[in-house]
Amino acid sequence: MTTLLEMRDITKTFPGVKALDNVNLKVTAGEIHALVGENGAGKSTLMKVLSGVYPQGTYDGDIHYDGQVARFGGIADSEALGIIIIHQELALVPLLSIAENLFVGNECASKGVMNWPETFRRTEALLKKVGLKEAPATPVDRLGVGKQQLVEIAKALSKDVRLLILDEPTAALSESDSQALLDLLLELKAEGVTSIIISHKLNEVRRVADTITVIRDGATVSTLDARTESITEDRIVRDMVGRDMSQRYPERERRAGDMLMEVQGWNVWHPEHATRQMIKDINFHVRAGEVVGIAGLMGAGRTELAMSLFGRSYGQNISGTVKLKGQVVDTSTVAAAIRSGLAYVTEDRKELGLVLEDTIQRNITLANLSDVSRSGVINEAEETKVAERYRKAMNIRTPSVFQRVMNLSGGNQQKVVLSKWLFAGPEVLILDEPTRGIDVGAKFEIYGIINELSAQGKGVVMISSEMPELLGMSDRIYVMNEGGFVGELDASEASQERIMSFIVTD
Amino acid sequence: MTDTTQGERATQPNMGAYLLGHLREYGLLFALIAIMLFFQVVTDGTLLRPVNITNLFLQNSYIIIMALGMLIVIVGGHIDLSVGSVMGFVGALAAVMIVNLDVPVAITIPVCLVVGGLIGAAQGYWVTYWNIPSFIVTLAGMLVFRGLSLWLLEGQSVGPFPREFQLLSTGFIPDVFGVGRPNVTALAVGVIAACAIVYLGMRKRARNMAYGIEDEPISFFVVRNAIVAGALLFVIYKLSTFRGLPNVLVTMGLLTIVYAFLTEQTTIGRRVYALGGNVKAAKLSGIPTERLTFLTFVNMGVLAALAGLIFAARLNTATPKAGFAVELDVIAAVFIGGASMSGGVGKIVGAVIGAFIMGVMNNGMSIMGIGIDYQQVIKGLVLLAAVIFDVYNKQKQR
Ligand SMILES: Nc1ncnc2c1ncn2[C@@H]1O[C@H](COP(=O)(O)OP(=O)(O)OP(=O)(O)O)[C@@H](O)[C@H]1O
Ligand SMILES: [Mg+2]
Repeated sequence: MTTLLEMRDITKTFPGVKALDNVNLKVTAGEIHALVGENGAGKSTLMKVLSGVYPQGTYDGDIHYDGQVARFGGIADSEALGIIIIHQELALVPLLSIAENLFVGNECASKGVMNWPETFRRTEALLKKVGLKEAPATPVDRLGVGKQQLVEIAKALSKDVRLLILDEPTAALSESDSQALLDLLLELKAEGVTSIIISHKLNEVRRVADTITVIRDGATVSTLDARTESITEDRIVRDMVGRDMSQRYPERERRAGDMLMEVQGWNVWHPEHATRQMIKDINFHVRAGEVVGIAGLMGAGRTELAMSLFGRSYGQNISGTVKLKGQVVDTSTVAAAIRSGLAYVTEDRKELGLVLEDTIQRNITLANLSDVSRSGVINEAEETKVAERYRKAMNIRTPSVFQRVMNLSGGNQQKVVLSKWLFAGPEVLILDEPTRGIDVGAKFEIYGIINELSAQGKGVVMISSEMPELLGMSDRIYVMNEGGFVGELDASEASQERIMSFIVTD
Repeated sequence: MTDTTQGERATQPNMGAYLLGHLREYGLLFALIAIMLFFQVVTDGTLLRPVNITNLFLQNSYIIIMALGMLIVIVGGHIDLSVGSVMGFVGALAAVMIVNLDVPVAITIPVCLVVGGLIGAAQGYWVTYWNIPSFIVTLAGMLVFRGLSLWLLEGQSVGPFPREFQLLSTGFIPDVFGVGRPNVTALAVGVIAACAIVYLGMRKRARNMAYGIEDEPISFFVVRNAIVAGALLFVIYKLSTFRGLPNVLVTMGLLTIVYAFLTEQTTIGRRVYALGGNVKAAKLSGIPTERLTFLTFVNMGVLAALAGLIFAARLNTATPKAGFAVELDVIAAVFIGGASMSGGVGKIVGAVIGAFIMGVMNNGMSIMGIGIDYQQVIKGLVLLAAVIFDVYNKQKQR
């Protein structure tokens, strides 16, 4: 076994934050190496150092690659050596076709003139390799995230990859898409590609990883060899959070109180294709103190349902009524919906949830400025106090609430979005994939917050693709498929199999 | 919950790091001072002579006033190319009403401001409710209103204006103490303003200290405030030895304060920044993004109209060429002041300083007798340098 990559004593400082503090990482040729750690531990930063996003000179320490000291002045340098990174945020050009995206910057052309037949031929070969059945001319914005992820991998393969770095590739993927992706990784491994995968889904890590490096607070905590010993998830978690975590879900008492929210006869049509019905006659209710889960596959229409309820932010020709505490309420605009007591934590935090250029403080108060202002004049001292309160309560890791949100790690950004909606003081909180990309410790914290809300008699609607989470947290689960509800289960009778059976028999 | 102390690996702020982090703000101020000193030296002290300082304000007032509106439009993620033409059109309208039709000044001024607002509303309507890019809508507006002013004036210059209208621009605040020179009213205003700046700065600092969030080293704070207050007093003193405070300076000063307050302290201001930063997120936070965008254009229209009135009053005629290419100066001022093309970033004070930088350069180069050709080249390069500086700065912080 030869060592392909060794990163020695990497230290990287941002203004006010030491993101990496003498981190060491050793990757053997031909293995799948998992990098795990809490949100903000420095995983993405380490990989950005490795791939030249942060060039030589902006950090301390050495990178040895293939027996040589590597000095990368930019991404192009690392790519030339076959190090390809797929970032946490996908970087495809939405309106270009798959073929064009695959070869952006690397076009099959002679003297600057595109060679289309060659492009398409090679695209087809690559798509076959990653198992994506789509025409090369399909624009990528027509593909779901799972398929886009495969396009990214195909793109990496087109560049003669030797070391493939994947930053949370499965965070936004459904169960089956994740499986397919992991299988592909194993296949690539058989062909000799080394990969580094960052993930918060420890079951996946256990499935594919040969070696696991745990990072905590910017330093390497341990390196575990999964080939010689069997590593339990609990073991990984212990290294990640620095203590034992016996439970993944906090205890919760069931207390379904009075009727809180009722949705009746909810119908929504596609915003562009007026004849396509996206949500079909949905009825559901939430009681005070209840956590209601909505299960379903990707594309079942769960996000569309939530968005259409929240100020008609999705779709057209919407019909149906929403009642809160027995009264029909106005949810025709987002402002009205918020006033009525709804809040919606979006699935896509960067696009829809945050103003990335703004500070943590400004993001937290955005949906409820009236509580920190008087006759339209903001009381900044009060605002800071609020932001500080949430920073403590949610354990947002940052030197100050004046840090720009774009400088936070993914998980901490999610906590900012949650804080924003908690501060809006809703009666019913709709959470759309609330723990996507969040580490185990933080998940536990977020579950704790959900429980706290329910203890206060609020209602929580939780949309999630992670079945264990739905089963662990919900009092009642609705199963959604193709725009309609196809089943309802009480927590006591729910199981992964029963949920799937509703979907399959539909 | 896990304990909150872990995971924050804050490094101690030191002066160098602080300066690096705030290079942009200090840089702008020092750039202005450096440019002023430079011209002061090469023009043998002409630049800071009382007459010339007065002229500087008179010459640049309309740009600064429009820069206030432009900053807000740009922060909101749009641009308005029509302001020069609108300014010219409103000046022409005022001339036709007052000179040709004998409409009283007291009626003309509000009518003109309303017309400006309506023009802004018309353009904002297409931008917000039809999603037509503001670049295109206001490019069209630029052509339309350029044409309309020609038509209104029938290609001629119209003037002169009655004295009461001229006062809008060339008038001075009378000395209530009646001393004459130095003008005691002006001095008093200057001292009060300087004290207010220092007091507000100290109050903010104290409050931030209470939250443990102040990171500006005390020496920086003192030097910065000393420079700002000193420069203010110096300028006002110079003015007081001439004819006192020009009316436009007061208008401009008040508007700057109002807009700085509006953008930094109010919910409306906050929402405009949010929508410029991320429209979708702003919308899903319950912000009426369309109405706000619309209002930024209405506001721009009103300010362009005011600028048009002031400009016409200063020249004492309305000419078909008034406001020609002024939009470029206004936009340049805003970008020199640190606003971002993609929206969500920028400050009123920055835009005003940016406008002054442009103004001082225009003025200084004219005194030196540099030809209009070189002037354009130099201004263009300064704009480019400012933006390059921004981008470089951002990259360095990574
Ligand atoms: N550009 C930046 N400026 C300032 N701080 C930054 C910047 N980028 C990252 N950080 C900080 O560095 C630390 C490490 O961030 P990083 O993104 O590497 O975390 P991560 O381990 O990938 O977390 P996650 O699992 O949430 O994605 C965090 O505290 C983050 O706030
Ligand atoms: Mg990350």
